[in-house]
Amino acid sequence: MSGAEFVPLSLPPLLIGVFAAIACALPGNFLLLRRQALIGDAISHVVLPGIVLAFLVTGTVSAWPMMLGAGFAAVLAVVLIEAIRRVGRIEPGAAMGVVFTAMFAAGVLLLEQSDTSSVHLDVQHALYGNLESLIWLDGLGWASLLDRQALRGLPPELPRIALTLVFVGAFTALMWRPLKISTFDEGFARTMGLPTGAIGLALVVVAAIAAVAAFDAVGSIIVIAMFICPPAAARMMTDRLEAQIGWSVGFATLSAVLGYVLAGYGPLWLGYADSISAAGMIATVSGGLLALAAVFGPCRNRAGAPAEG
Amino acid sequence: MTLTLAATEGRRAPAEDLTGIPLAIRGLTVSYGEKPAVFSIDATFRPGAMTAIIGPNGAGKSTLLKAALGIVRPLSGQITCYGRPLARQRGRIAYVPQRASVDWDFPTRVIDVVMMGLYRQLGLLGRVRARHFETARACLDRVGMADFATRQIGQLSGGQQQRVFLARALAQGADLYLLDEPFAGVDAATEKAIIAVLKELKSQGRTVVAVHHDLATVPDYFDRVFLINTTRIAEGTVAEAFTEANLQAAYGGRLATAQMGAAV
Repeated sequence: MSGAEFVPLSLPPLLIGVFAAIACALPGNFLLLRRQALIGDAISHVVLPGIVLAFLVTGTVSAWPMMLGAGFAAVLAVVLIEAIRRVGRIEPGAAMGVVFTAMFAAGVLLLEQSDTSSVHLDVQHALYGNLESLIWLDGLGWASLLDRQALRGLPPELPRIALTLVFVGAFTALMWRPLKISTFDEGFARTMGLPTGAIGLALVVVAAIAAVAAFDAVGSIIVIAMFICPPAAARMMTDRLEAQIGWSVGFATLSAVLGYVLAGYGPLWLGYADSISAAGMIATVSGGLLALAAVFGPCRNRAGAPAEG
Repeated sequence: MTLTLAATEGRRAPAEDLTGIPLAIRGLTVSYGEKPAVFSIDATFRPGAMTAIIGPNGAGKSTLLKAALGIVRPLSGQITCYGRPLARQRGRIAYVPQRASVDWDFPTRVIDVVMMGLYRQLGLLGRVRARHFETARACLDRVGMADFATRQIGQLSGGQQQRVFLARALAQGADLYLLDEPFAGVDAATEKAIIAVLKELKSQGRTVVAVHHDLATVPDYFDRVFLINTTRIAEGTVAEAFTEANLQAAYGGRLATAQMGAAV
């Protein structure tokens, strides 16, 4: 493929897909080990009412109000989950399930009742995103990457998700030791004077930021898949947390690239005319990688894993 | 109502000089629900002593330890470490939690767990240097686990896991060691290794406090006891406080006569 075709049409969605995947996979590692993996699922569902509300308030589909609305909904959901868990004394998984289903349903109702027919805002868009449409018309070839004028025409989702990835990466690096020790042994972490409650909350907030930014670019299907699949697959490749993070970044990248290419060209290779949803394919590939790791991964037989038979 | 009154009465005058006392607990009450888990406890753990906290199941032994470490928040009470608030003495306290309190599937190796004992010293971003690894290895060696440094922690036996936790506490380089049931479910070799390390700590003038459940070994392992059953039953040297009357008071009818015969 020539640069003239690849750079404007495929490079931006590919990069956005990769950045979104990594931004979700990084906090996903810790959420998985804390048995909170479903929180990514919860967050990506609850942002819908936030986005619809932001649209109803501002009347536009511009990005910042929507992201604020989504962020607000995510924080509200986290607070509600905690409140239900503590007041109702039920297990966290059930609390999450109740909150995210109820909020997503409220979002669907809001969406149906409001007049959003004039703008591109629908449930399908929220689920799958629209990765293929994030093209860069000013990108005429590889040379455009150095052309300031042309760079200004990049889809705004790209710098946003890149910035988010930098933030998530910096958080993970800076908070590495507190995150690791409070995830492994919360009591011990507290005896060292670490505020484990605040660390856990910060992790969830960072995950929410990653989820909202990724949701804006690629829809909730990828968000849900990337919080769980790459870290879970990575866990079966290694017995060291440091290496697990590396593997999860690799799996996230591979899922995004392979999924994008398969969605765009796979059907053509099979003789069909149209390409299929990139977001759906990326999520599917990540699930496939998880299945492969579950069968062939070197560290899948763990002492504490449920015994067979 | 009576609850608050009694809790206030249990508190001593604040003028007491506790500078030389590794761990002093005054008027400690902790509750998880309606019923207090520990109630109006006073305890003084002496320097250079090995003290066993003993009492029946559900008597609040672990809760007492966790409150002393700031892991659970008390309803009332004061805890001082060498005469100062706990928060300012974190570097002088090491902790060995119950083995069952963590997920041993966690992706980490034995040496990484021991390194966690150095996190306070390393700070957020301090570089891990060769000397840190040497310290961690030396601590593993002290508990006889040097050969397992690169094993994933889930591959170890229960006793080996307990020794790794002890090695992590040693890496903390503390003056006061608090252990929660260090001998629970471990093999004889591990029990011997752990008690040897604890006696070594004592000989260096450090203070050891352990929640303990095996009454038969109390006189051999410890020089002081603290008996608890929600409230304080007795405190003192083994000769003073580890008596049949005190045990009867702590355990009530639950202590089989045979067990007591072996213990006392």
